[in-house]
Amino acid sequence: MARKEIIEHAGRAKTKRAALGEDIAIEGYIAGEEHEPLNSLDNFPEEYQQDLLDAGIEPSEKDRSGSFLQQDCSVVYSKVKYPGLELMSTTDAFKKHSWLNDYLWNAVPVDMDKYTAEVELEQTHGYFIRSEAGKKVTMPVQSCLFITSDKIGQKVHNIVIAEEYSELHIITGCSVSHAVNSALHLGVSEFYVKKGAKITFTMIHNWSQGMEVRPRSAVVIEDDGTFISNYILMTPVKSLQMYPTAYCVGRNARATFQTVIYAHGDTKVDSGSRAVLQGEGSRSEIISRVIATDNAKVIARSDVIGEGAKAKGHIECRGLMLSDTAEVDSIPELKATRRDLDLSHEAAVGKVAEEEIQYLMARGLSEEEATSVIIRGFLNVDITGLPDALARETKKMFDMSLEKVM
Amino acid sequence: MLEIRDLTVEVEGKEIIRDLTLNIERGEVHVLFGPNGCGKTTLLMALLGLPNYKVKKGSVTFKGVNVTYLTTDERVKLGMGMSFQHPPGIRGVKLGDMVNIAQGRKEETIDEDVIALAKRLNISIEFLNRDVNLGFSGGEVKRSEILQLLAQAPDFIMFDEPDSGVDIENIELIGGIMSELLDRNKMPSKREKAGLIITHSGFIMRHVKADRAHVMLEGRIACSGMPDEITKNVMENGFERCVELCLRGEDTEWREKR
Ligand SMILES: Nc1ncnc2c1ncn2[C@@H]1O[C@H](COP(=O)(O)OP(=O)(O)OP(=O)(O)O)[C@@H](O)[C@H]1O
Ligand SMILES: [Mg+2]
Repeated sequence: MARKEIIEHAGRAKTKRAALGEDIAIEGYIAGEEHEPLNSLDNFPEEYQQDLLDAGIEPSEKDRSGSFLQQDCSVVYSKVKYPGLELMSTTDAFKKHSWLNDYLWNAVPVDMDKYTAEVELEQTHGYFIRSEAGKKVTMPVQSCLFITSDKIGQKVHNIVIAEEYSELHIITGCSVSHAVNSALHLGVSEFYVKKGAKITFTMIHNWSQGMEVRPRSAVVIEDDGTFISNYILMTPVKSLQMYPTAYCVGRNARATFQTVIYAHGDTKVDSGSRAVLQGEGSRSEIISRVIATDNAKVIARSDVIGEGAKAKGHIECRGLMLSDTAEVDSIPELKATRRDLDLSHEAAVGKVAEEEIQYLMARGLSEEEATSVIIRGFLNVDITGLPDALARETKKMFDMSLEKVM
Repeated sequence: MLEIRDLTVEVEGKEIIRDLTLNIERGEVHVLFGPNGCGKTTLLMALLGLPNYKVKKGSVTFKGVNVTYLTTDERVKLGMGMSFQHPPGIRGVKLGDMVNIAQGRKEETIDEDVIALAKRLNISIEFLNRDVNLGFSGGEVKRSEILQLLAQAPDFIMFDEPDSGVDIENIELIGGIMSELLDRNKMPSKREKAGLIITHSGFIMRHVKADRAHVMLEGRIACSGMPDEITKNVMENGFERCVELCLRGEDTEWREKR
């Protein structure tokens, strides 16, 4: 699509309500003032350093192949340390690569809803990450989208491309400073996993009670490509709705979504993962763990659509209720369009089992300790597909965020 | 070490244990036989103080402390332990984690100590890394329970059918560890531990020598005696007949009630 046409499409979708999630008013949010670029992440104001850490960002950049930081609507830091890796703001990337237009709105439709339209029409940067063909960037790239001012509307467009037989590992955190009472985050992310390539994408959302969040993500996976998403949300959020979709278009394309949500306070989350299995022998696995307490309301969706021969998809959603005023809706869906498919789902929502608590108490734990062990266990999805060091680190990040809420 | 007096226990509003009295001294191991559903497991759960097992009457004294209304973890801290007949699986909690917990360690990793203990029960590192009891075979459940007790090293240990569904070689293995846990290899005067073992087959008795055996019927100790004698009678004649035989000549209270 030519740019002009894209803008037209966006214009027409400006008031189009999203298919899911409550309709949020996006008009009142501002771009705020420009922030000065940083020489190093260490120079980021002291008061925000902890927020970076909480979002999985390593300010020292140790063991990172590159770092990207966007504060409100300004890209304040972007640095590549690894040959074969490209990392910059999407704005810069479009100036540099004219071919990037072929990727723009190719995975996510620009006229999907008013949020995608808004990102096209009022875009405030976002990141571009690309690994060159054959380059295995085993050390993770870290990126952080951070909101530090009140009333900010962050409208980012991220594009991630793993060229043929390359490998990319991304840790990305979205964070908001404690001083912010209300803000908006619209994030479009388009991932392209080329033939034989692999992307792992570990995202920590570190929002707060005043945040309205509408990510719009999609992944296109070619022959023998692998995409693994690990999503962690442990902090409250006012309203979050997302339904990232992986299109396994190539033969033996694989997609994995692992989602861990601990919803507390008045959090409202509608979060799903969808895999469209178009390629022959393509596979997907969707795993989600949701804990709801206080007055939190969570809709946990998952959807697998089988279209290609011998495609295989599995969904495993589990919910744990810790209060009688919380709510979890677990909605797994399977759609088959031919015979030679293998699609399945398991879903369960329950409370902490009395029997399990007693078993742990019989080994010497108090009731409280036992409950906490069970909750940790419940959230303990084995993060697969990450290089060892990254897996360990992700586990650490995960334990840290868990510790804060328990 | 353990003194049970006139204990009556209710589960879900149903009286399961009735006026049960039993003493187990330091250094002793007792065996408990009884038909399915007579209340053996209920007795152990009640001794451990699990919340669904309501004591309606009587008392339990452990090491001189009245524990009748103490919580399970308090009793465990005093030195009680138990291997479960049907332990629940816990998703995301590994057997190795359970071993750390049983040892009272805050450790989160499965370290050399744990691996060394597991090795004694022929349990591999891979197995330690599995979610506890999820998909374990019958025999694996039993070994995993014994491993946790080995880590916990309680002073009074209750075993709920440690031999059910276990092959001959593993019964020997489990029996060896149980003997060790129960100080059976020490001189009688040096024995500090005590135990209560529930078994249907009696197979485990070949590897763990007991001091006394009891037959439970309908929530009561119907008769008691020497382990060899009771085991033989139960195996050859069945529970009811065993009780009759062992009560012949002694006009007990239980008989009158019948
Ligand atoms: N939670 C419960 N709710 C209702 N009834 C129960 C409960 N737990 C135990 N019971 C009943 O109490 C009785 C005694 O059960 P228990 O498990 O103690 O028997 P047992 O002697 O250990 O039998 P087995 O040899 O089969 O293991 C049974 O009739 C059982 O159905
Ligand atoms: Mg039983």
